[in-house]
Amino acid sequence: MTTLSIKNLGVKVGEQQILHGVNLNVSSGQVHAVMGPNGSGKSTLANVIMGKPGYQVTSGSITLDAQDLLSAPTWVRAQAGLFLAMQYPTEVPGVSLRETLELALQARGIENIDTGSRLVEEAGRIGLSTQLLDRAVNVDLSGGEKKRNETAQLAVLNPQIAVLDELDSGLDIDALRACAERIEQLTQAGLGVLCITHYHRLLDYLPADQVHILIDGHIVESGGPELAQELESDGYARFLPSDGESDGVEVAIGGLGASNQAPRPDADDPFSDPLA
Amino acid sequence: MTANQRGPFKPANGAELVGSSAFQKRRTAAEEKAREAGLPSFEEELWRYTPIADLDLSKYRLEAPGGAVFESGLTQGLDEHAAAVIHIVNGQLVSLSVTDEALSVHTDGVEFEDLIGSVMQTGIDVFSDYNLAYCSAPIVIHVAPNAVIKNPVLIRQHTTTDSLVWFPRVLVYAGENSEATIIEHQSSPDIEALVCPVNELKINQAARLRYLTVQEHGPRLWQIATQTAEIDRDAHLAVTQIALGGGYARARVDTKMIGQGSSGDISAVYFGRADTQYDFRTFQQHQAPHTNSNLLFKGVVDDRSRAIYTGLIRIEPDAADVNAYQTNRTLKLSDEAWAESVPNLEIENNDVRCSHASAVGPVDEDQRFYLESRGVPRGTAEALVVRGFFGEVLDKISVAGVSAAVNSRIGQLLALDGQDNRS
Repeated sequence: MTTLSIKNLGVKVGEQQILHGVNLNVSSGQVHAVMGPNGSGKSTLANVIMGKPGYQVTSGSITLDAQDLLSAPTWVRAQAGLFLAMQYPTEVPGVSLRETLELALQARGIENIDTGSRLVEEAGRIGLSTQLLDRAVNVDLSGGEKKRNETAQLAVLNPQIAVLDELDSGLDIDALRACAERIEQLTQAGLGVLCITHYHRLLDYLPADQVHILIDGHIVESGGPELAQELESDGYARFLPSDGESDGVEVAIGGLGASNQAPRPDADDPFSDPLA
Repeated sequence: MTANQRGPFKPANGAELVGSSAFQKRRTAAEEKAREAGLPSFEEELWRYTPIADLDLSKYRLEAPGGAVFESGLTQGLDEHAAAVIHIVNGQLVSLSVTDEALSVHTDGVEFEDLIGSVMQTGIDVFSDYNLAYCSAPIVIHVAPNAVIKNPVLIRQHTTTDSLVWFPRVLVYAGENSEATIIEHQSSPDIEALVCPVNELKINQAARLRYLTVQEHGPRLWQIATQTAEIDRDAHLAVTQIALGGGYARARVDTKMIGQGSSGDISAVYFGRADTQYDFRTFQQHQAPHTNSNLLFKGVVDDRSRAIYTGLIRIEPDAADVNAYQTNRTLKLSDEAWAESVPNLEIENNDVRCSHASAVGPVDEDQRFYLESRGVPRGTAEALVVRGFFGEVLDKISVAGVSAAVNSRIGQLLALDGQDNRS
């Protein structure tokens, strides 16, 4: 049993405080969904867990069982058993996917698996053309292909805890089902998942044990899967702060829901749907 | 010329320089021109950012002592399948073998000496003038018209003698509709010497020539190289510089599209370590319509090394329907390393498509983060990104073995320099 434990996590980007004391525990076999409007800090949370440069942790801790992750470089976090399926997977020209995974596994002391055939096997399960595996990492892949590629890598690397940052965006319904069901299978085998999403549809195939609502960097409510159902029908209105209670941020509650929020602190999320 | 009158260099006894009396006259004229001109100053645009003021010619001895045949470095193993192998050590021809009948290689200077200086009629700087004056074993490679030379011609120019100056010279005459690949390998151990190569490439109508220079010099040797190519109607030239060493290593590469429909691919891979200074000057000259040129120079500077790239695309008034591109990218792997990129365009025709792009910067943080997030240690991730960065150029070198050898050498250099587990 492994537990990713986030305690009182505060994060700044530049001068702006994005996360305010977030608490979250994800254990082996569990699926936790974090939902929230654009700009609420979801991607920041995912990136900070993995140690992406550019974020300043102002309070709290992130641990994987007894291991402190905040002081560890990204690759050590990965080797400890963490995986991040990125919202916008980076293209790395001239670098082979197979070699990348081989080196990653080697560094973890795993040398007795045939990475090439494992990749082919996993790609086949989620309908990712195996020809794409010969390309440089993510180069010339469509948005949906990149997400399937992330899923295939997740399965080959076989982490303890996976953070999925909007895995569903860019995936058509068939691909979404294939990816989500594959990850669901992995949770049966013990994978813990922190699933960041805007939409309920991913959770149809990857049912969440717990749903957390993230608004303005605060987890304002946690509950069972019924919470996601409620969001699907009623939106975020109930969770948004009323005037005067927010952190100095004017929030309009209306037909567009959270999209009228003034600041867009998720600087690395320039393409997200403003109406979502 | 007698030995003890040899220019500004330290007097030494050397073999008589090859060539007929007419050629000796040209040598003397070039020598006088160079001596009158004197060394360039770093205040001149073409020598900006260079340590040329540090060059003291009187430190170097002009002779051609020769040496033993050698085989080493990145071209190891290519001999067996080469169309010709030419070894020149310390300015003297030490071995020559030609196995392809469509190829003739001349090194005595007389028979084909009129070709020497036919592409670079007058020296383009003082060093190329000195080269004509003092080249001790000029090579003329003649490819018969319509011949396709399948295997590469291998020229190894090795320097082992301290304080030596010598002037390698190669002229390639690619006959009409011929095809050939030349690999020039420059190498030296850790010695203080000056090597000033000149290459003249004449690519006749519809011929296809690949010319690859692999430079693996020791860390104190100075190289000042010039290459001029004339590409005739519908002919194609691909030139590549692989630069992996030297104290100060300059390569000036002039590519002239003189016949309509001609094209040139000009590329380079450079890797600077310790105190190496690279200096690339390129000229893409379009003198005829329907011509294309594409330049891609990619390098890294690590430790305290420096790299300067300056390039000019010039489109002459008569050159319509031209595509000319120029890209230079340098990765800076250490804070003390330095690189500068200065692209230029001079366009005198409206019907052209030109672009130039240059960038100097660190390893892409997002790319490194992505690989690290899979569990690849940081040093390895950085090495992968850098090697991948070179892939775009190395993929174009379709010379069997060389591209793989360079790729693996770069991998070695990165592993040597990057502490694998730094965080």
